[in-house]
Amino acid sequence: MSRIDFDIAHLLAGLLVLISFLELYQDRLYALLNVYAAHAFVLAASVAWQAFVQDAPHLYVTAAIALIFKAIIIPITLHRVIARLGIHREIEKVVGVGTAMLAGMGLVALSMVVMLRVTHGADPLAREDLAFALSVVLLGLLMMVTRRNAVSQVVGFMSLENGLVLAATGAKGMPLVVEISVAFSILIALIVIGIFLFRIRERFDTVDVQALDRYRGER
Amino acid sequence: MAVDALTGVLAIPAIAAALLALLPGYRITARINVGAAGLTLLCALSLFFRRPQPGTYLLVDDLNATFIVLTTFVGFTTSIFSASYIGHELEIGRLTPPFVRFYHAMYQVLMFGMNLALVANNIGLMWVAIEMATLTTVLMVGIYRTHEALEAAWKYFILGSVGIALALFGTILVYMAARPAVGEGLDAMVWTILVKRADAFDPALLDVAFVFLLLGYGTKVGLAPLHAWLPDAHAEGPTPISAVLSGLLLNVALYALLRFKMLLAVNTGALAPGPLMVTLGLISLVFAVFMLYRRRDIKRMFAYSSIEHMGIITFAFGMGGPLANFAGLLHMTMHSLTKSAIFFAVGHVAQVKGTQRIADMGGLTDTHPVLGWGLVLGVVAIAGLPPLGIFMSEFLVVSSTFARAPLLALVLVFGILVGIAALFLRLNSIAFGAPRGPIGKTHASYVPMFAHLALVLGAGIYLPPALVAWFQNVAGLLG
Repeated sequence: MSRIDFDIAHLLAGLLVLISFLELYQDRLYALLNVYAAHAFVLAASVAWQAFVQDAPHLYVTAAIALIFKAIIIPITLHRVIARLGIHREIEKVVGVGTAMLAGMGLVALSMVVMLRVTHGADPLAREDLAFALSVVLLGLLMMVTRRNAVSQVVGFMSLENGLVLAATGAKGMPLVVEISVAFSILIALIVIGIFLFRIRERFDTVDVQALDRYRGER
Repeated sequence: MAVDALTGVLAIPAIAAALLALLPGYRITARINVGAAGLTLLCALSLFFRRPQPGTYLLVDDLNATFIVLTTFVGFTTSIFSASYIGHELEIGRLTPPFVRFYHAMYQVLMFGMNLALVANNIGLMWVAIEMATLTTVLMVGIYRTHEALEAAWKYFILGSVGIALALFGTILVYMAARPAVGEGLDAMVWTILVKRADAFDPALLDVAFVFLLLGYGTKVGLAPLHAWLPDAHAEGPTPISAVLSGLLLNVALYALLRFKMLLAVNTGALAPGPLMVTLGLISLVFAVFMLYRRRDIKRMFAYSSIEHMGIITFAFGMGGPLANFAGLLHMTMHSLTKSAIFFAVGHVAQVKGTQRIADMGGLTDTHPVLGWGLVLGVVAIAGLPPLGIFMSEFLVVSSTFARAPLLALVLVFGILVGIAALFLRLNSIAFGAPRGPIGKTHASYVPMFAHLALVLGAGIYLPPALVAWFQNVAGLLG
């Protein structure tokens, strides 16, 4: 593999981590969706680059799914859902921006330490990819636990899933990648439909403690 | 013929699901559901006698044959219970005919997903199948469309998704570890090939992979820090689904973990997965038995009891060795049978009383002797009193632990005893004393419940040597 191939893959994967950080401090839903669209777009570019470098044409399908489904259809649909349900206000967070960013940095450092240490046998591209992918996964998880709003939890889950696709495409020659990305797309579509159909409106950010108790049932 | 049996285990539920999605009418669909589940069970039983060679995607060996037979058996009996349960729900208008049609189709999709996960020889396929089974149960948990049911389904959805996401990351890491030794492509995901070559894998990568798999599939097993979805999903969904969740889906996730544990056991450099599983198992056990005390909802209480028993089973498999594995397998079988029998009873009780609140039910043995005593027998069994099967398997777990790690055994015994006390405290107010709540008649189907309890009682008194030999053989495979 030539130097420039590696550099571009590295750049795109690093960009993905950076955008995950951007998602972490968005405090309005529309802005969050726009950043997520950028996240999916960079993922599509990264997967397409991997397809080109590894000479694996089937990965172009995964890239196309990421581009069309995740970067275009899902954000537009969620925009509409938010407008229809009237929940486009500020996102309530469990912890402040500063704490979340610090935790995020800690998670990225952790995934670098863990993945770079255990993968010294693998080729450098896959190593870097895995380390970045784990960072994206952990940042997605962090986002899910620091938000109380259903839509932003879903966005957190979707960026977590982007990290998984990054890892799967980075693992050279892995079978079933396309199938898995299709399976995940179905899962995400179901979640989005679920938000709309079930009208999960403010059940996660209500201030009415009694309402929470009632909905949650007994612990 | 041999190939047909394996195909049958997968094809019958798939065809039945398509058929049930198309056909209207409750009576006929309920019968088709029972018939399909019965046929699947027959196919599964024939796997004991003849089985196909392992392929790239599918595999049948002694280990998963045990799981498949257990799954299809409980799936069959639950479908009989479900027919009378759903009939009642239709009568009182809690479910409408379109939802019943959807419910029956999903039931078969769930059976298909679980069977596929069990026979999968490809770790990617196994992951997809478990994801499918999870999604169908999410849809079924939310089927009543009450606020509580939707909340439970949503929580299950999010936590389950995070679980399967982590499991996928672990699966990718296993592939990465296998790639240098096995080569690129499909072979590096085929379990039978992986387990042969696992010694040459990079141990560090395999360790990290197992941690992700343990967290990911452990969420589905309902192990303690990751269990939050389980009580809600059990309490708010239809009771047949609670029975299948507790009795089967948790086992399927545990089976996936066991497969990866076997992979690590081959690799001499990798960490021993046992202590991790032992720790999670004990935490689940101790946590769950204390949570049993202040339950007000009967299904939620038995959901916590499921966490307790999955903890014990995970603990036993974590200890490893022929005896502990044997005890774990036996306990898993007994727990599946007993817990689903209890949910059969609880389902009818909740229908009679029109509520799941423990405070609103009482004196069941007076007003509904058959149902009441059935529930008492089930709780006695699940608490682990002699002479029933769970007593024997718990005794084996405890005694095999005492020989090797007495301190851990003390925690185990403490947990089990606290659990017994909690269960009997609640059982006393439900089954005995002055009758409370409505005392209407039931159209219950007692056969599945008593069939399960008879099996558990029979196993407790006399375990046939053939069965013992079979379990010993499987326990040996687990290492």
